[in-house]
Amino acid sequence: MRAPLSWLREYVDLPAGETGRDVQARLVSAGLEVEKVEQLGTGLKGPLVVGKVLAIEELTEFKKPIRYCQLDVGTANGTGEPQNVICGARNFRVGDKVVVALPGAVLPGDFQISSRKTYGKVSEGMICSARELDMGDDHDGIIVLPPEHEVGTDAIELLQLVDEVLDIAVTPDRGYCMSMRGIARETATAYGLPLRDPALLDVPAPNSYGYLVKVADPIGCDRFTARTVVNVNPEAASPIWLQRRLQKAGMRPVSLAVDITNYVMLELGQPLHAYDRGRLDGPIGVRRAQPGEKLTTLDGTQRVLDPEDLVITDNSGPIGLAGVMGGANTEIADPVRDEQTGEVRGTTEIVIEAAHFDPVAVARTSRRHKLSSEASKRFERGVDPQAASAAAQRTVDLLVLLAGGTAEAGVTEVISPSAPRTISIPADHPDRVAGTEYGRETVVRRLQQVGCDVYGADELVVTVPSWRPDLTDPNDLAEEVIRLEGYENLPSTLPKLPSGRGLTESQLLRRRIGRALAGAGYVEVLSYPFVGEAVLDQLGLEPDDPRRRAVTLVNPLSDEEPAMRTTLLPGLLGALRRNHGRGAQDLALFETGLVFLPTGEEPAPPKLTVDRRPTDEELAALDAALPHQPAHAAVVLSGAREPQGWWGKGYPANWADAVEAARTVAREAGVELTVRQAQLAPWHPGRCAALYAGEELVGHAGELHPRVVKAMNLPERTCAMEIDLELVERAAGGPLRAPRVSTFPVATQDVALVVDASVPAADVEAALRAGAGELLEDLRLFDIFSGEQIGEGRKSLAYALRFRAPDRTLTAEEASAARDAAVAVAAERTGAVLRGA
Amino acid sequence: MSAPNKSYDPVEVEALKPEEIERMRDEALAAFAAASDLDALHEAKVAHTGDRSPLALANREIGALPPHAKAEAGKRVGQARGAVNKALAARKEQLEAERDARVLVEEAVDVTLPYDRRPAGARHPMTTFADRIADIFVAMGYEVAEGPEVEAEWFNFDALNIAADHPARTMQDTFFVNAGQPNGRRVGTGSASGDVVLRTHTSPVQVRSLLDREPPVYVICPGRVYRSDELDATHTPVFTQVELLAVDEGLTMADLKGTLDHMVQALFGEGMSTRLRPNYFPFTEPSAEMDMVCYVCRGDSVGNPDRPCRTCSSEGWIELGGCGMVNPRVLTACGVDPNKYSGFAFGFGIERMLMFRHNIEDMRDIVEGDVRFTLPFGMEI
Ligand SMILES: [Zn+2]
Repeated sequence: MRAPLSWLREYVDLPAGETGRDVQARLVSAGLEVEKVEQLGTGLKGPLVVGKVLAIEELTEFKKPIRYCQLDVGTANGTGEPQNVICGARNFRVGDKVVVALPGAVLPGDFQISSRKTYGKVSEGMICSARELDMGDDHDGIIVLPPEHEVGTDAIELLQLVDEVLDIAVTPDRGYCMSMRGIARETATAYGLPLRDPALLDVPAPNSYGYLVKVADPIGCDRFTARTVVNVNPEAASPIWLQRRLQKAGMRPVSLAVDITNYVMLELGQPLHAYDRGRLDGPIGVRRAQPGEKLTTLDGTQRVLDPEDLVITDNSGPIGLAGVMGGANTEIADPVRDEQTGEVRGTTEIVIEAAHFDPVAVARTSRRHKLSSEASKRFERGVDPQAASAAAQRTVDLLVLLAGGTAEAGVTEVISPSAPRTISIPADHPDRVAGTEYGRETVVRRLQQVGCDVYGADELVVTVPSWRPDLTDPNDLAEEVIRLEGYENLPSTLPKLPSGRGLTESQLLRRRIGRALAGAGYVEVLSYPFVGEAVLDQLGLEPDDPRRRAVTLVNPLSDEEPAMRTTLLPGLLGALRRNHGRGAQDLALFETGLVFLPTGEEPAPPKLTVDRRPTDEELAALDAALPHQPAHAAVVLSGAREPQGWWGKGYPANWADAVEAARTVAREAGVELTVRQAQLAPWHPGRCAALYAGEELVGHAGELHPRVVKAMNLPERTCAMEIDLELVERAAGGPLRAPRVSTFPVATQDVALVVDASVPAADVEAALRAGAGELLEDLRLFDIFSGEQIGEGRKSLAYALRFRAPDRTLTAEEASAARDAAVAVAAERTGAVLRGA
Repeated sequence: MSAPNKSYDPVEVEALKPEEIERMRDEALAAFAAASDLDALHEAKVAHTGDRSPLALANREIGALPPHAKAEAGKRVGQARGAVNKALAARKEQLEAERDARVLVEEAVDVTLPYDRRPAGARHPMTTFADRIADIFVAMGYEVAEGPEVEAEWFNFDALNIAADHPARTMQDTFFVNAGQPNGRRVGTGSASGDVVLRTHTSPVQVRSLLDREPPVYVICPGRVYRSDELDATHTPVFTQVELLAVDEGLTMADLKGTLDHMVQALFGEGMSTRLRPNYFPFTEPSAEMDMVCYVCRGDSVGNPDRPCRTCSSEGWIELGGCGMVNPRVLTACGVDPNKYSGFAFGFGIERMLMFRHNIEDMRDIVEGDVRFTLPFGMEI
């Protein structure tokens, strides 16, 4: 809502020197979001006067037609001689009154006007357009004034070019501030000044000879006022003051009747509609639309109506979408001049509608038809039903005054009776909400300023004003008191909390994992979770891969990525590619976050009420509608894991780094992973590790499939790991049990075992551990060798075994015996042969 | 060794003459001093203290002396040998020190060599910033609460008093999830449903917290949220929100204000404060917009055209987010008696806060995952 300060002063006697910024500060403090104060006509300087076009010389030798005009500006130019001005606009004729900036004038934007030579003539000034004068930029061509204004009149004053406009973002609960009346009320309260309420008008009592109105849906429409004005002069134009107020409020002047309804809406907040009585067919009705009914609205769009739409009808069917937009077939006709007779024909009899419609019905219709209007915006937020008859009266008055009309005596009012709403609150309720002491007297005074009637002592019975449908609960009243007393005056205190328990184990674990991966050289990425089929294809997922079963969005940002991720890899690999594209060579990235794994069998959630706690069953049904959303961790690597340098050679990131990243994650949970050979997209079929916590598969790691690398345009040999943190966490044991540290000497034994090349090292190690028994402290694979000496298809694995007893120094014989036992089990389980044996 | 000889006089034995022994001692001392390295010293040591050295040989002669002469000769030789050994040790220590010093000089390296052998990693500043904010409240006794990102509308809207016709529930703001997915390839199929959404705020976590716990409830809810905005320099469709909920007996708006003040001081330093401006949210009543003193100019840019502030547009205040007293209707929907309990809540997106705290100019830097952006933030923020 845009509120010109000059207009606001009509209702509140603000101090003379008060600026828009001053008013802004007061209103902001009272809770109106005044986004900015627009300064109109800043830097504007005369002479800017009314001129009359005496003659026009058309200059045709230029690229575009140019007019050389002779203007009468009276004595404003000091000589009384005609003023000669070049003009590029063509929307005026000889005899028209225009706005002329004379040499010496300065227009907004520091546009200096002087005599200058142009188009082969001397132009002594400029004929102004609305845009040049900061009047709004919705008009092409220059301003043509009504003929009654004298030449030489100061146009700055006439057009009220200097003003300030408060631009207010009205929150949904403050519908009444969609009007000058509401903003004036807030201003008056903020300044402690009286309000001249523009809705306090003498309104004739309703009678039975007004235009016939039948309301079939009194819930959708609880009030309908109809008034009729006849003998309207179709030629009458909106006066400048009316046009200017509309413009400053952000509306475009159209025609007198429409301008008046818009003006009254801005003034009182009541949307109005004007019907051409000559085009109405019988009584006006209000009802819900019938299936299949159609209506062409004022914007020229034909709309198929929904049975929920509230419509205005006559005998011909729907003639308007109630509270949203009128129909084209009953609108006020534009005046048409008969070129032969000079007679102007147009609407001469107007029926005015001032009604009150259900906010929800209007909101739904507006949304359904994607049609938001000044009227619908107001009805959605709540319009003062009590203002309808005053608004109708005001419209009638203006039509009589400005269009020479005659008000008919008939006054139609259809009203569904409703009791005023009251709310009971303890007098100290605002105090208890705020945490400060206002006292009963202040509370009552503030509520009265809002427009409430207040009775009672300790328990207040508050009748809320008709324009505040948002005031329904005790806290609504508390808010009114607290905001008017000033949010800035609230004390600052701290509640006394019960002792907390800190982060949960799960939260601590996720922080540790992040730190551990960062400590291992990985950089965290937070990628968008949106994916599309293309990237799943690039990853080489089979058609029945469960990772293709995704949650999809009705309205994705991009139709290419309509689904939620089922794996972290697409986003992470995208970030890797982006970094690589920007010149980074050696990359190690990680991400932790949710993935979304629907079964596809999720039932629709039940519709639950909000007037009580849902039952546990109902809550379970809500959760059952949601996909499984576990947290995952993933890493991707490319380039060198350790770069080459003066210290020697580095080494490229490889599958083993990816596996190690998984171990890094699991270690933080106290979980030891076991690794098995696997084959799964998007990994290299020979370089993919399945990661197990116990018998539970928790993730995969390895080098990516070369096809995936190519399809996704990744650096060669890119490696990746992804692990389900929920499963890892579940596998975590309790607190670690500390090892016993023996101080007796260690006995070291090395063995080299030859096995078939296909035997996994993990199996050999497991066998050695099993065979070595309790004396084994540690074993480590320190070399792998294959070659002719070993034999085709064989490999040699060299292990260092460390033995130690908790209670004695081991003898060489004991250590050898343990080693032999280890080798024996390895031989039995994996076919290992002691090398050189 | 010769047998004792009574007629033998030590003074008469050439090798045991005092001047002879002095000479032997002096020769040894001179040889040690002359030894220029440890090898030479070793040779001198063998020559002057070894079994065949003059002093050793002289020592052997003592046995042949008559008893009365033994003591005197023994003492003389012993003193000489003592002096020699001492000189040897001193010289050895000296030469070793010289050798060590030389080796250390030879082992010197260029310690200015770069060492990027183990590249550093880093956590994302959004993660660490969210952690930091959470920790402020954890220290006060709050719990960190979490919840799903794909959420039922009841949690995201209904329970929060956001009616079915509220503008927030339109496609302009909310990502809606397709219902009834067919089997097999699901991407890009399905029709509209109003039941499940990507959560538009972390408020559903508040609702879940109230349903899960008996009051008093004090939770802080950081998390990812979704609004259907396009990514640009100041907007992202996926962002991080931190919301707080306190429900207890007798909580007031003053408590809300104090909690906000505490937070901005903890995050941005002493002297920071907040301002509340009336606003409207369905889930709070009274509701307020919360601002904090501009972290960059601390208000100095207001009315001071010479020192404009881009962060706050020279307003002196930065908008943080919304807050208010929990609407009693929300309490009712969560099974909390609004006549007994009251609560306050606030929420804000932390990307913008991170931006002005760390002078980040473009939201896309936070989103794109460029390691050059993230690395300097390290492990904590
Ligand atoms: Zn600033």
